[in-house]
Amino acid sequence: MSKSSKPNATTERIRQTLAKRYRAEKRFRLYGVVAILFGLLCVATLFVDIIGKGHGAFRQTYIQLSVDYDADILGISDINDAQQLALADFSGLVKKSLRTRFSDVSGRKDKRQLYRLVSNSAEYDLTDRLKTAPALLGQSEKRWVLADDDIDTYFKSLNSSDGAFVGRTSEKQQQWVQSLIDAGQIELRFNSQFFSNGDSREPEQAGIGGAIVGSLFTLFITLALSFPIGVAAAVYLEEFAPKNRWTDFIEVNINNLAAVPSIIFGLLGLAIFINFFHVPRSVPVIGGLVLAVMTLPTIIISSRAAIKAVPPSIREAGIGIGASPVQVVLHHVLPLALPGMLTGTIIGMAQALGETAPLLMIGMVAFIVDVPGGFTDPATVLPVQIFLWADSPERAFVEKTSAAIMVLLAFLITMNTFAVILRKRLERRW
Amino acid sequence: MSALTMNLTATASEENSFDSAPEQTVVEDTVGFPLVDDPKIRARNASVFYGDKQAIFNIDLDIGKHEVIAMIGPSGCGKSTFLRTINRMNDTVDGCRVSGEFLLEEDNIYGSKMDVVELRARVGMVFQKPNPFPKSIFDNVAYGPKIHGLAGSRVELDEIVENSLKRAGLWAEVKDRLQQPGTGLSGGQQQRLCIARAISISPEVILMDEPCSALDPIATARIEELIAELAENYTIVIVTHSMQQAARVSHRTAYFHLGKLVEVNETEKVFTTPEHKLTEAYITGRFG
Ligand SMILES: Nc1ncnc2c1ncn2[C@@H]1O[C@H](COP(=O)(O)OP(=O)(O)O)[C@@H](O)[C@H]1O
Ligand SMILES: [Mg+2]
Repeated sequence: MSKSSKPNATTERIRQTLAKRYRAEKRFRLYGVVAILFGLLCVATLFVDIIGKGHGAFRQTYIQLSVDYDADILGISDINDAQQLALADFSGLVKKSLRTRFSDVSGRKDKRQLYRLVSNSAEYDLTDRLKTAPALLGQSEKRWVLADDDIDTYFKSLNSSDGAFVGRTSEKQQQWVQSLIDAGQIELRFNSQFFSNGDSREPEQAGIGGAIVGSLFTLFITLALSFPIGVAAAVYLEEFAPKNRWTDFIEVNINNLAAVPSIIFGLLGLAIFINFFHVPRSVPVIGGLVLAVMTLPTIIISSRAAIKAVPPSIREAGIGIGASPVQVVLHHVLPLALPGMLTGTIIGMAQALGETAPLLMIGMVAFIVDVPGGFTDPATVLPVQIFLWADSPERAFVEKTSAAIMVLLAFLITMNTFAVILRKRLERRW
Repeated sequence: MSALTMNLTATASEENSFDSAPEQTVVEDTVGFPLVDDPKIRARNASVFYGDKQAIFNIDLDIGKHEVIAMIGPSGCGKSTFLRTINRMNDTVDGCRVSGEFLLEEDNIYGSKMDVVELRARVGMVFQKPNPFPKSIFDNVAYGPKIHGLAGSRVELDEIVENSLKRAGLWAEVKDRLQQPGTGLSGGQQQRLCIARAISISPEVILMDEPCSALDPIATARIEELIAELAENYTIVIVTHSMQQAARVSHRTAYFHLGKLVEVNETEKVFTTPEHKLTEAYITGRFG
């Protein structure tokens, strides 16, 4: 009797606790889902906000002018004379075109407002145009030139739901814009200059080309320094270093370095590289050096983890067949650890790409118009460019800032995706 | 010494069937015949320490040329440790210290003139878990000859690989897929690949540490056949936890107990009329 009832009682008990366990499990899973949903919501909000603000920057307002390349206004007698071309009054040409288009405008003040419809880059555009097509001298043509940033902001806001953003545009200017719209002489065009230009005080001419190139130069230096040094350090510490108090001390310090706020590395760069070794400031070399020092702990730690994950049996197999310690490392350990090392490196690089604080310390925050042509040209980087634009008062920089963030995010996502793909591709089973 | 005795008394009282004369439970000297004439490997007064802990106690043992010697004993008794002294695999273990005299023919294994790389080329090893490199079957076998510079040309290398795979009894199964990963083979095939890898550099001695413990009975039978064939050319030291296996493949059997070498005898004698009480207790399954 007791023998048959006893298991039943136990089963009953188990059943009771089972229900409780399932409830707990469900609850636990719910917490996880909520946490993930919250995270996704934050990311989605960020993306919607940034894309909403920034997408406009990829298109810029252009105004169509009929330009008469009048030799008299320009003051050119010989088109092949470079000096004459350099001194020619293209600004007057732009003004003349505007006055012709809006012939009823009179008075100094109104005229000055009229001239401010187009960007001051219009004259450089016409200069280049005449240089490449000298036959145009004395001819006339219709040419799309960049509008001023205030006009650009106003024109873009015309169709927005919150109503037009007037900003600094005058009533007269708004009327002229309307007239241009009616004539089909104003439109949004793809803004290739945003990707090719450097920074500028004029928002309509400002681009992230300089910052992208600066970032690439800087990251190249960072990678070239931190990957080999990091991997060598990791290999030495894991494979060859004796296990004693010194190596323990080094290990603790590497872990500490990984947690040091990045701005400290900037101060270190300032004190050592700039003040002591006299590396010039504001150039990719110094930026790369500082970011390399900052990225090293990340690379060393992930590389050591990757080396540790190589099964000891593979090492034993190598030793057993008579491979020397270096051969074991080069032939067996490194190939297996490489995916992990590369993943860590790419994540470190992504970190370095997004880093701003240490670069502020070493002068990479300067206003730089020219796209850097080498490692020792003054440069800025993407996140610093974002920082600079976010700080600018002009309304037009708001969308530039968001657009630059989009570009930076695109780079980061690409790099991280690349890391995942690389790991999947290189990962081998054993 | 006293710890050993106490441990055994505990075992005896637990099992209630093991009453032995006290002088038989204390391992004074190895019984049977541990020494042979003109040995391939000679170990004298061999001791191994892991830090402060001694794992092998003053062992004297000779291993003859072209002999298959099996090492048996309860787990943790030091079989692997002793085996790994022969090709100095213990060098890679932190805190491991070896004392005593070890000779491979005339050469002092732990002498200053001995190069470990050369030693390991002369003494190959097959591990418990099949551990092919994550490379192709061909590269697994070709690796040893390559690093030791044994093949002058690609043709020679191909020949070495083919011969090694043939001698390991794997050629027929893999000759059409030499470029496929060695890790894609079955467990038994992988272990034969590891044997092919070991013999690719024509070692004089092959150490095998429980080479079949991860394999099914059929794969095990193939490896055992292989060991018998290999014995014609090589000296083989095999650690095994299977007494049947020891009985099937070896000429002599060495019984280890708590780091001491208790008995070494003709395999047949060990399994029929063991000299030492401890050996008898082990082979009759009273502890292990
Ligand atoms: N790497 C090591 N570090 C410390 N102790 C070890 C190590 N390897 C083995 N030992 C110890 O040495 C003894 C013998 O081990 P081992 O030779 O592996 O035994 P077996 O192969 O006979 O099972 C055991 O007590 C074990 O705990
Ligand atoms: Mg063992």
